[in-house]
Amino acid sequence: MNEAAIYHYLLRLADTSLTQSQRLAEWCGHGPFLEEDIALTNVALDLLGHAKMLYEQAAEISEQQLSADDLAFLRDVSEFKNPLLTELPRGNFAFTILKQYFVDQFHVLLYSALRHSMYAPLAHIAEKALKEVNYHLERSHGWCLRLSLSTEQAKMKIQEALDDLYFYTPELFESDAYLDDLQAQQIIPDLTQLQADWQQSVDVLLAECQLNVPKKGWLATGGLRGEHSEHLGYMLAEMQFLQRAYPGCQW
Amino acid sequence: MIKLPKESYSEEQIRQWLEAVTDPEIPVISIADLGVLEAVIVTSDRVVIEIIPTYSGCPAMYAIRQDIIENLHIHGVENVTVVVKNQPAWNTDRMTEKGKENLKKYGIAPPQSGSNPLIVCPQCGSQDTTCVSQFGSTPCKALYRCQSCLEPFDYFKCHV
Repeated sequence: MNEAAIYHYLLRLADTSLTQSQRLAEWCGHGPFLEEDIALTNVALDLLGHAKMLYEQAAEISEQQLSADDLAFLRDVSEFKNPLLTELPRGNFAFTILKQYFVDQFHVLLYSALRHSMYAPLAHIAEKALKEVNYHLERSHGWCLRLSLSTEQAKMKIQEALDDLYFYTPELFESDAYLDDLQAQQIIPDLTQLQADWQQSVDVLLAECQLNVPKKGWLATGGLRGEHSEHLGYMLAEMQFLQRAYPGCQW
Repeated sequence: MIKLPKESYSEEQIRQWLEAVTDPEIPVISIADLGVLEAVIVTSDRVVIEIIPTYSGCPAMYAIRQDIIENLHIHGVENVTVVVKNQPAWNTDRMTEKGKENLKKYGIAPPQSGSNPLIVCPQCGSQDTTCVSQFGSTPCKALYRCQSCLEPFDYFKCHV
């Protein structure tokens, strides 16, 4: 097995979950009402758990003696591999919810497929994470409908979010030489097929929401190569502060 | 390092001691009844306890690990290793009937499987209940309200 490719992909998934989790955690104490505040941070906690499992596996196969914490807290922007979508500032509630839906739908399809990965540790992680992302999807899917089909104000906000987010989503399915190799070895699923399945589910929901799907836009790209927007730098500055200021500090 | 004679502790004895280790968030359910205790392995020089987390990000795992070590130290077992495993994936079917009964007595509705589960109020037994939030005070619980006695209550989410 191509360990360098697996390491690269584990970080891709872990960084995606970690950045998504961090953005959700920013809502702590700012949710629109108490139950929703708790829901946002509960989802953040699950995603942090997924990131932890993935980083631990990456640490285990890394050539340097690294820990999961080193990978999360001591790498800089250009070493992160998440898509630009998950590093975007959290925006308003509609923006957060729609972004969450896109990520949840991606995770549900991805982890369903990864359960059959030829790389057993990844299959085990997927088995565990799938149970949780299924629950996340139920909630974000429900919220998209509720916002879209309620007041004019809510509908306007989620339509704006769709306009802003839509062209960030294809990057979730981007491949490179490493990922091509993993697809060929059936360690990860066919990303083109995954994207088609994702698009089908998304199309159904957006039609139900009666939202206008944007036709043309700038396609985000770069995360896999470590090319990020400025937002990631600010996020890491806050998230990594403690370990940078007090190296090795433990809770 | 103190050597641990193989015959000094049986797995059964260790499991009996570990009955006192409970979920720190839900102190009425032992880690065995919760389905978190996966294996007890007694080797020639140490006791290895394997546990699996309920939810991936559950912060209680750190406390549970400490509680296991402390509990066994009290009983004189010096060399204890706690291993947190990702596999098998935990689900609520791993919970024992005794565990579910204890949850109910404590005021938490135990997990119900099925597509349209009937969640019974743990306070008054009414079946007329409604979900207030899919997420509750911990990752494993949702928030419900009883329409009969009007009390809010936690529901331990079904996780299969």
